[in-house]
Amino acid sequence: MALIELNGVTKYYEMGDQVVKALDGIDIDILENDYLAFIGSSGSGKSTMLNILGCLDKPSSGQYHLNGKNVESLDANELSEIRNLEIGFIFQSFNLLPRATALGNVMQPLVYRGIGHSKRKEMAMESLQRVGLGDRTDHLPNQLSGGQRQRVAIARALVTHPSILLADEPTGNLDSQTTIEIMQLFDELHAEGHTLIVVTHEDEIAQHCHRVVEMKDGRVFNDSTNNSSAAVTS
Amino acid sequence: MFFSLMESSRSAFASIIAHGLRSFLTTLGIVIGVASVIAVISVTQGMSSFIGDTFASLGSNSLTIQSYTPFEDQMKGIRARLTPEDMELIERRAEGIASITPMIYANRASQIKFGSQTAFSQILGTTYAFQDVRQYYMSVGRFIAQSDNLTRRRVVVIGDKVRENLNLPDNPINEYVDVGGEWFKIIGLMEGKGEIMGQSQDDIVLMPYNTMRSLQGNQARTDIQIQLSLSENAVVENVTQQLTTLLRNAHDLDTDEDDDFQIQTAEQLMETFDTVINMVTIVIGGIVSISLLVGGIGIMNIMLVSVTERTREIGICKAIGAKRHHILMQFLIEALLLSLLGGLIGLAIGYGLGTLISSSIPGFPPASIPLWSVALALGFSGFVGVLFGILPAAKAANLDPIDALRYE
Repeated sequence: MALIELNGVTKYYEMGDQVVKALDGIDIDILENDYLAFIGSSGSGKSTMLNILGCLDKPSSGQYHLNGKNVESLDANELSEIRNLEIGFIFQSFNLLPRATALGNVMQPLVYRGIGHSKRKEMAMESLQRVGLGDRTDHLPNQLSGGQRQRVAIARALVTHPSILLADEPTGNLDSQTTIEIMQLFDELHAEGHTLIVVTHEDEIAQHCHRVVEMKDGRVFNDSTNNSSAAVTS
Repeated sequence: MFFSLMESSRSAFASIIAHGLRSFLTTLGIVIGVASVIAVISVTQGMSSFIGDTFASLGSNSLTIQSYTPFEDQMKGIRARLTPEDMELIERRAEGIASITPMIYANRASQIKFGSQTAFSQILGTTYAFQDVRQYYMSVGRFIAQSDNLTRRRVVVIGDKVRENLNLPDNPINEYVDVGGEWFKIIGLMEGKGEIMGQSQDDIVLMPYNTMRSLQGNQARTDIQIQLSLSENAVVENVTQQLTTLLRNAHDLDTDEDDDFQIQTAEQLMETFDTVINMVTIVIGGIVSISLLVGGIGIMNIMLVSVTERTREIGICKAIGAKRHHILMQFLIEALLLSLLGGLIGLAIGYGLGTLISSSIPGFPPASIPLWSVALALGFSGFVGVLFGILPAAKAANLDPIDALRYE
């Protein structure tokens, strides 16, 4: 069974009298340990796609099954729980809590899971060490470089051991050297068995992924397996 | 639940510290409100407990009976009287009385002389039972005895204030003073009782009742006051009822006529004072609690600003799994902590203020803060925090995660 199943998913926004079709009938299956990129020009619906996959938003119509669970029937609190348990977000602008240290940021998702302080700290340290930031745990986000901030964000996404990692333009705010480091980290995470879904408009990023889904006007325009990158990582 | 409460308090506290100055200014309204409430209460309660103590020393189960003439009748020349016969009647017939004493106030200028010193004082004719009824204790010498009264001995017992005014020695026993042109020997000095509302209770000269009557000459119809103390298990109301019936019969009053005497208890006097003080406390407290309301609105305002400022943070928290109640709790507890902190600071300032006021006015009783006022102040400020924190907290909790994340 696929990890993610979308059947005829649409997302319409009403802007005045006009109806904007951000997603217009998407059918897609994503398997466990997939390494997938959504590409496309801006306005193609890839960000909306990510919001729906991340349970931040609900489809206007169609069915979304995550781990066999129908997301449509869930209320706001249950969606919060899904986001906490199943999904790790990595954002373009990092979205770290500005007044919490690196460690505090990584510990935060575990707070909502009701895990005690010392256990949280242990898990967060483990996660920070995984992304190579074991020595900067007491720094505030504004004391860290862009690459380091994104590593904190990745550590935060990883700490809950989610089913899927969702990355929205993860290297959009980073220089090319840092971009390479972050993508290497993604490759490693994939090799460890994580399911990664990346939204990007950069071809180099998409090259790393095993499956590239190109979107256009809210529809899947092209869905291809990327043989060259599979060869690189394996 | 307790766990998430702990977590929320932790982050609420961090957020209050992070905006130190703003938090302080926000809570200033509550600080001022609570400080003024506590200051007012501490001063008035200090006064009230002081008055309570003073009245307790008067003898809390004593009754005073005195004649009472309505103003209208006074204008007609009618004057009600309590006579020595009334007292004898009560002494013989009434039950539940431990001791009873007549009192006559001197009706002439009450001048006392000792050597070259002259002083004015309250002069009272009474009997040995007065000591018991009014709970006077002797410092030196003895009180008026029954034999002093029967033989109309010319002796006086004086209060400490009188001794001071007349420059009498510390032990004035056997000194002679001139009271209204007659010589009296001092047989006792009473212990000081202090003041009630600026009136000294020690500026008093007591002489035997019969001596006083003989000095007043052939005034056949003297008007006396009667003081009596109740025996231990007597009920004030019952005795009052009994005395009323007795005196009404003795004075031949018809059923449609009003009493021509008044029976007062020390408690009644005390209650009057207490009522006045409580009224003052309530009125000032009410006015001051408006400032608590204003303080609460200030907190709500800043919490709303804070929610708007942290919209993105709220979005992040929701994206990584915060549920409604997590966000709600955090903001609610932040508001609660803010106002409780204000309440605590206000409590300290208010107590300081109350102490300052009561110590800077001479003769004013020390400030006292009853526990209920502490509970009230903290409870009320906590209530204000929750009340005015609900709206911002609900606003934060109901934010849509995507909109909040996109907020710039």
